[in-house]
Amino acid sequence: MRMDVSDESLARAAADGDRQAFALLVERVYDRVYGYAVKLSGSRTEAEDLAQDLCAALPTKLQSFRGEAKLTTWLYRITVNAARDRFRRAATRARAADGWGDWELARQAEMAETAERVDWLMQAMSGLAVDLRETLALVLDGVTHKEAAQILEVSEGTVSWRVSEAKKKLKAMQEAEA
Amino acid sequence: MSDDLDDLKRAFDAALPRADPDKRAEAIALAMKNFDRVQESDALARQTSEPTREGGVFRGARQMLANISNRGFLTATTAIAAVAMVALIPVLRDSQPPEPDIFIPGEGARTVLESAPVADPAPVVEEVPEAADVLTRDAPVVSTSRKFDPSVRQSGPVNQGRPMADPSPQPPAPPAGAARNRTVAPASPGAGGGISLETGVLNLKHSAPAPLPDPVIVQPEPNTEAFPEADDNPIKVTAESPVSTFSIDVDTASWAFIRNALNRGQLPPKDAVRIEEMVNYFSYDYPAPEGDAPFATHVGVSNSPWVEGTQIVHIGLQGILPEARPPMNLVFLVDTSGSMNSADKLPLLKQSFRLMLGQLGENDTIAIVTYAGSAGLALEPTKATERETILAALDTLHAGGSTAGQAGLQQAYATAAQMARDGDEDAISRVILATDGDFNVGISDPDDLKDFIADKRDEGTYLSVLGFGRGNLDDATMQALAQTGNGIASYIDTLAEAQKVLVDQLTGALVPIADDVKIQVEWNPALVAEYRLIGYETRALKREDFNNDKVDAGEIGAGHQVTALYAITPVGSPARMTDPLRYAAGDAAPVADDTGELGFLRLRYKAPGEDTSKLIETPIMADAAPLAEADWALAIAGFGQILRGSDLIGDWSMGDAIALAQGARGEDAFGYRQGAITLMRLAQSLQQ
Repeated sequence: MRMDVSDESLARAAADGDRQAFALLVERVYDRVYGYAVKLSGSRTEAEDLAQDLCAALPTKLQSFRGEAKLTTWLYRITVNAARDRFRRAATRARAADGWGDWELARQAEMAETAERVDWLMQAMSGLAVDLRETLALVLDGVTHKEAAQILEVSEGTVSWRVSEAKKKLKAMQEAEA
Repeated sequence: MSDDLDDLKRAFDAALPRADPDKRAEAIALAMKNFDRVQESDALARQTSEPTREGGVFRGARQMLANISNRGFLTATTAIAAVAMVALIPVLRDSQPPEPDIFIPGEGARTVLESAPVADPAPVVEEVPEAADVLTRDAPVVSTSRKFDPSVRQSGPVNQGRPMADPSPQPPAPPAGAARNRTVAPASPGAGGGISLETGVLNLKHSAPAPLPDPVIVQPEPNTEAFPEADDNPIKVTAESPVSTFSIDVDTASWAFIRNALNRGQLPPKDAVRIEEMVNYFSYDYPAPEGDAPFATHVGVSNSPWVEGTQIVHIGLQGILPEARPPMNLVFLVDTSGSMNSADKLPLLKQSFRLMLGQLGENDTIAIVTYAGSAGLALEPTKATERETILAALDTLHAGGSTAGQAGLQQAYATAAQMARDGDEDAISRVILATDGDFNVGISDPDDLKDFIADKRDEGTYLSVLGFGRGNLDDATMQALAQTGNGIASYIDTLAEAQKVLVDQLTGALVPIADDVKIQVEWNPALVAEYRLIGYETRALKREDFNNDKVDAGEIGAGHQVTALYAITPVGSPARMTDPLRYAAGDAAPVADDTGELGFLRLRYKAPGEDTSKLIETPIMADAAPLAEADWALAIAGFGQILRGSDLIGDWSMGDAIALAQGARGEDAFGYRQGAITLMRLAQSLQQ
């Protein structure tokens, strides 16, 4: 029954020491962070690591959540920041786009059926600049433009511009393919 | 159009790999464990001290830890990490409440990123320019482990079980030079007994009384640094796009930034590495221009050290160094916001300024405008020879308040205009913005700001930017402002760098000799199969921009040198990365070449203050000799490409870069090149 409770009330309860509330919250958090990170990086292990890190730090981080923003907004913001930091650092080890390469190998074994689409997807995402990819990953997660603007700390206009730019690029890639 | 997105969304949902359920369960279990620990310790803490007060200090300390770890300290050696931890001890001594034991996986600690600002007692530890020295000194007798030994933190004058001491902000640590060998009273294990303070983020075991190193290299502020993002220039196929166009860049900020990062034990973020700025940081033995031309153009060809079978085309510009420099009107726009209050910011700025003063003469005029909270004229336009007045004004500058730059910027330009009216009409007017980053000028739209600066540039006032300190240095904005203002962006992290930028290169930095310098190379497909411009990613221009005088580009100052490097693959070389097209017309039978030209170099520039550009044309001959000191430029460019993680230099390693650099060091009168080799070695260790 608690499944319907909003993130915010879960967060408040968890901050007050409600263990059950925290357990529910952390599951939601894990899925959301994983979902975002896997879109951004294309790498399952990267996304899993990031989700684990954020969940491990969540008890501490919750204390700094003051409830002025929506929890999802706040959460996405720390996710975006952590992902940026991780992928920027990772650049010295491997280029961020390489995640899509690793995954390509795994994919071939796994799903021959969706191959075409995935191929296109892979190319499409890795062909986008990081800011477009970030924005698109959020919007694809169902975040509104307004919220995405708060998360990325840019104006709403910028988000809309980026989304349309990303679409334009994707379309161009699609056409180039066809 | 939204159909596309739905498509994409469906594709993602269907095709993206799901998380491993075991990993998920593991992560959640870990989170629960941490949750329990936080709860336990909270309960404990509330019995002994005021919850509110405790929260602040406590959280501050923890955020500092999180901040430190996320800055990649863990990528450095454990000794460096230990130094960083020891440096924190002074704060922790005062914070009594138990710290929960949070387990964060090794990798994770780095990525945990707090966006909230740190609590007040943050500026405990100064970032010092000599960080490298400290790092390379003997490692302290400490070893890192998962547990934080309580005795270390109990070495301070605190009583267990009492409400905690008032968390008054710690005074900033003295600069390293002042207190190099200071030791902290040794901790006696078990002294005070009682509550165990555990942090778990990065722990330190302190076995024997050991001298503690000076607190260094910790930046407690949240990191809001921003760098312009640009991917490496790709390999271009000559047959498909034979023309390469870019604007010159004489900035050197990137080099100083890289040095600063490496000296603190971190590899610089990729976007902070701009290869052209690294190469241009050094001076080369290019012949001076002859006749009236403001600069001489040199072209050389050599074999690539990186990939067998490829060559390097080396373009070197040498600006003229006039014998007498024109008088200058300089308006210093100094950021005195609160964040400038650390040794490597306002105090370093004042010292740098004193150095520069010695280089100015009676025809030069200086004014100082400050901005922070409110803008103000700290020094009326004053002859540079009136040292006492200027130094007195300089001493009154204090950091405090928040940044409100727009009024400051407007006042600075107004002052420059007034100086231009009152003074020598040949004088060059320049606003020099000195800031630690976040240039929040109140003009909400960055484009408005650029337009404003561009207007002023067209009216004859240039803008240069000096960056100080780390933490929220907005490198991207600095670059953009300086590029728009036809000035240079420099990053000053040490007094030695101030010496280089403001003393040795003063004339070049402040006297422009050519504006809007653009380079265009047309490659000859008969001889060159592929080419790649190394660096200049943020300076790319469109082909048509070259002849369009309305399009802004970089300026060259007096005596400046600009070096650009292309890696080219000759036709027929086995190193060619792309295959010739099978169906493309004309490509099947390559045209025979009788020119002996690899390509044709075109340069456009405007004399300062003019609207029409002039054109210089030079063929790039295949048999051109290598330029002077080409190997040094290649060593540095290779170093940059390694730092950027380039995959286009084969298995060329840092070791190769060091070897090449050592062979090419040459005279190196000021030791800049030796310093570069030291940095390469540091980077080599950090990579491992």
